[in-house]
Amino acid sequence: MTGPPHHDAPPSAIEQRVATLEALLTDKGLVKAEFLDAIVRSYENDIGARNGARVVARAWTDPEYQQRLLADGTAAIAELGFGGPEGEHVVVVENRPGVHNVIVCTLCSCYPWALLGLPPVWYKSPTYRARMVREPRAVLREMGLELADDVEIRVWDSSAEIRYLVLPERPAGTEDLDEEQLAALVTRDGMVGVAAL
Amino acid sequence: MRGIEAPPRRNGELVFAAPWEGRVFAMAIALQQRLAFPWDDFRHRLIAEIERDPQRPYYESWLAALEALTADLPGDQSW
Repeated sequence: MTGPPHHDAPPSAIEQRVATLEALLTDKGLVKAEFLDAIVRSYENDIGARNGARVVARAWTDPEYQQRLLADGTAAIAELGFGGPEGEHVVVVENRPGVHNVIVCTLCSCYPWALLGLPPVWYKSPTYRARMVREPRAVLREMGLELADDVEIRVWDSSAEIRYLVLPERPAGTEDLDEEQLAALVTRDGMVGVAAL
Repeated sequence: MRGIEAPPRRNGELVFAAPWEGRVFAMAIALQQRLAFPWDDFRHRLIAEIERDPQRPYYESWLAALEALTADLPGDQSW
């Protein structure tokens, strides 16, 4: 048995392709195993929806920041120190009474990583990508978000140039909460627009 | 059966379903940082691979895109 020590089964064909590619890039001096480990850890643990939640909570508590955020998302987000691959050109779309926003990428899986972490499996699925544009109300209902018929749904299709982030409405009854407590209420799905807060 | 696979119910779900997915993801990030090519160079290949086979698992398309990118790298890496 020549598989990796912590696997009982031998490596699958796909695992072998990945290992071959890693060996090739390592030989070229372009990647290092420890660096790859660090990237995986950071995306799994550190770069996540908490960044986006901090942006949202700041916008809820600071009207001037909210204005800057809606006018130039990229710059306002950089004020909080967030950026990186796929973090550039962020446009923030605001939910308000009667208007609900939701984001999708019909071409592939464009997503504001720096703010939300890695896209979840369903976001990348062909079904979500196709159906969210065609029948958003039905898809949102299946995902557990029931919107009244008179709520307009705006679907934002991410592109090479632009990533979108939904600014959810501040939940009622949160007037006494500070920015940190508010950030804890903000979920990834709320910032994609597929869940209520 | 739902129209959407694994609909979200909460934050914090596992982002990589298997170690190789994280590996192949990290290789693209590392390569981009090392060689400083525009991220779109990779993204366009990813789109092409997804279009080639829309039902293929996402990270398999990612791997195919990265293999294609690697094959197109200059032979002599002197950076």
